[in-house]
Amino acid sequence: MNYFKKAVVKQAALTAVLFLTAPQFVQAGVFNPETFTLKNGMQVVVISNHRAPIVRHMVWYKVGAADEPRGKSGIAHFFEHLMFKKTKTLKSGEFSKIVARNGGRDNAFTSHDYTGYHQSISVDRLETVMKLEADRMRNLIFEDNQIEPERQVVLEERRSRTDNSPGAKLGEQMNAAMFLNYPYHDPVIGWEHEIRGLTKADLKKFYDKWYRPNNAILVVAGDITAKQLRPLAEKIYGVIPAGKPSKRLRTEEPPHNAAIRVTLRDRRVRQPSIRRRYLAPSLQFGESKHVYPLEVLAQVFGGGTTSTLYRSLVVKQNLAVSAGAFYDGDNMGPSSFGFFASPRPGVSIEDLEAALDKEITLLLENGVTASNVARAKNTMLAEAIYARDSVGGGARVIGSALAAGQTIADVEEWPERIGKVTAEQLNQAAKAVLIEKNSITGLLLPKKRNGS
Amino acid sequence: MSKSFIAILSAALILIAAQAAVAIEIKEVTSGKGIKAWLVEDHTNPIITVNIAFRGGSALDPVGKEGLANLISATLDEGAGDIKSQEFQQKLEDLAISLSFNSRLDSFSGSMRTLKKNQVTAFNLLRLALTKPRFDSEPVERIRSQIIANIRRQSENPRRIARRTLFTKLFPGHPYGRPSNGTEESVQIIKLADLRFFVAQRFARDNLVVSVVGDITAADLKQQLDQTFGALPEKASPWDVPEISPDDKKQTIVVDKAIPQSIITFAQPGIKRDHPDFFPAYVMNYVLGGGGFESRLYEEVREKRGLAYSAYSYLAPLDHAGIIIGGAGTANARTGETVKVLRDEWSKMNKSGLTQTELKDAKTYLTGSYPLRFSSSGRIARMITAIQLEKLGLSYIKKRNGYIEAVTLEDVNRVAAKLLDPAKITMVIVGQPKGVTSTPQ
Repeated sequence: MNYFKKAVVKQAALTAVLFLTAPQFVQAGVFNPETFTLKNGMQVVVISNHRAPIVRHMVWYKVGAADEPRGKSGIAHFFEHLMFKKTKTLKSGEFSKIVARNGGRDNAFTSHDYTGYHQSISVDRLETVMKLEADRMRNLIFEDNQIEPERQVVLEERRSRTDNSPGAKLGEQMNAAMFLNYPYHDPVIGWEHEIRGLTKADLKKFYDKWYRPNNAILVVAGDITAKQLRPLAEKIYGVIPAGKPSKRLRTEEPPHNAAIRVTLRDRRVRQPSIRRRYLAPSLQFGESKHVYPLEVLAQVFGGGTTSTLYRSLVVKQNLAVSAGAFYDGDNMGPSSFGFFASPRPGVSIEDLEAALDKEITLLLENGVTASNVARAKNTMLAEAIYARDSVGGGARVIGSALAAGQTIADVEEWPERIGKVTAEQLNQAAKAVLIEKNSITGLLLPKKRNGS
Repeated sequence: MSKSFIAILSAALILIAAQAAVAIEIKEVTSGKGIKAWLVEDHTNPIITVNIAFRGGSALDPVGKEGLANLISATLDEGAGDIKSQEFQQKLEDLAISLSFNSRLDSFSGSMRTLKKNQVTAFNLLRLALTKPRFDSEPVERIRSQIIANIRRQSENPRRIARRTLFTKLFPGHPYGRPSNGTEESVQIIKLADLRFFVAQRFARDNLVVSVVGDITAADLKQQLDQTFGALPEKASPWDVPEISPDDKKQTIVVDKAIPQSIITFAQPGIKRDHPDFFPAYVMNYVLGGGGFESRLYEEVREKRGLAYSAYSYLAPLDHAGIIIGGAGTANARTGETVKVLRDEWSKMNKSGLTQTELKDAKTYLTGSYPLRFSSSGRIARMITAIQLEKLGLSYIKKRNGYIEAVTLEDVNRVAAKLLDPAKITMVIVGQPKGVTSTPQ
């Protein structure tokens, strides 16, 4: 139902992708895609999977909420909604209707780093959806009577995702507090007053700047080969003129000098929780050598019911009902290494935080064992084989990597790179990242009663 | 460029989606001990996916011990046989086997996924979980506290409040009206003996269905079936969930919560899966509120008026009752208007039914998109489990599009006229809605 199922809360969305990314055991490659580039600069990737006579067709644009002009937060996502409206050849809403009449499904999503549009459809209807997608790349028509109702829809979406949920509001506040200057500061869906202020001219300008074939990637996964796709891609997308290249200019994040605390109290919170995040490198930001060790660290220390953190806080000490760690190094910009926990009844949030801090200190002092690292790597690498099972899974993984500025090799060599990670590298990465002044702690708490 | 597009796109409009074949073949495998499974062999990747289900679900939780089936679903993988909780979890983790259980109102299901090379261990862990769960007190208490924490967290989630309230109103005094995950109090008083009793009574061969997809042959699976399920008792203890007609007294209940967006959820009596009118009702619902971006509710509530991010309806056929559920979320100030649009669409469908074009479009979508459901092993396994639970037969997947094609405009409009009735809607609104009158309780 939703236009962007993924990505409003970037961190949460990408944690899931981390597991999907997880490629295979020993043999080279994960999805073994084929790729070529059209004359107008549009990259094409094909991931063959012949389990059913269906395809997932995706067009990714290398633009996300972090590329928005200042004061125009939410425009990337708002614009994504408008892509389902009127074009020179189609009436508003007709895009999805045609897809449905051909037995297909369609949707789209926006994150901080990219925007994606996709359809799943029988392979003999691929050409139809390619033509539709190519049409709206350049032929969109902007009219007030389209924009205004959709603005209300986006505001409802914001209420539904964020304003109705204390946990989501805390997440939004934490992002805003954590990123001092990098555009991850602003929520993907936008601040309400800025969503209200977006104009037709803003939207048109955004479209003309970013929606160009040379800023797009076509990914098709399913019952097709590159040889079969190429002539269609050349005929349908290859004829769209390239635009002036647009550089993604992002303000840099300065060094952090003070730990931050954010507390959200709400009458509706009945189960408190704590989140802690440390500013961390990504493949394209900061000390990228720590990325793969941090991925393994998140698994060893906080990835599931056998992790160090769960065993200690939940099983042994009976302090928490849940505890874990998360990390994702696929962002274009800075990332964060995070922890979460929620107390058992009768345990105060202060005691839980102290216990979490102690575990982090122990990790820094004692490090991780080589055997735990080997186990975690083994688990992560097995996920690779599972990742190849579904028809469309690879399209999402490869598309998001490329649209955020990575390469196919970054995805395909993932198993190899994870395989090489050592316990010593984990310990170095932990020391480099888990630094108090780079941290933010978010508390979700019930509202205090009057007088207390 | 745009000119040629007009021509091409108009052509696309009149295409009728070809009957894209669902390219899977299901075999029924029967083991030496007579245990049956449906198998979809696929040797592309070295993966095996198993989905099982026992008929009888959380509706069978004893009164006052609501949440029993749910607690069991979360503790079966916390130690079994000689293997204690953490050791069991570690084995799953080390071998990258995923094993999980889930309770629903009418069934209790499990799913297991493993790499081919760990097949024997994986099936063995599944066997142990089903036949020799330990229920040691440490993991049970830990999971119990997690479930209670989750109940607390959900207790202020507007969507959950709306749904819970709706089911309480629709099914007063019936198991379907009780909270399937339990309450803080009911989960607290469930004893270890209750867990053991449930397993002994409910997990048996005569209420079991098994679905397997992936890298395993029929001969190999036969062995695994006997080894894995052979130790289950032959018969589950008999059970009885009474048939119930959902309440249809046109109530509107407002649950006051200080949130900016009102969550509207509603339902009225529907039909069960085995009703001869199921397919006409299914097609009708697609047009009303089932189709993603194509339905009338989507068009009227979201597209034209911008009242909500989502507006939907769906058939919810249970084993002992049928309902049609709908909903939307809108700013408090616009709730009255949204409710009116929803009710008007309900009436309009009831009075006028579908147009010939809507019927044709619904059919091309519903038949053409059916193969999309077979996109991963997990989805295939879940789907063939559902087909087995509903007793639709081995050839259902091949016949299903024919059932859709056979629906006539007369059928669907007769069903719309008979079934849909705004005067039978029970509606729950969570928030601080304007323009809505709640029914005195």
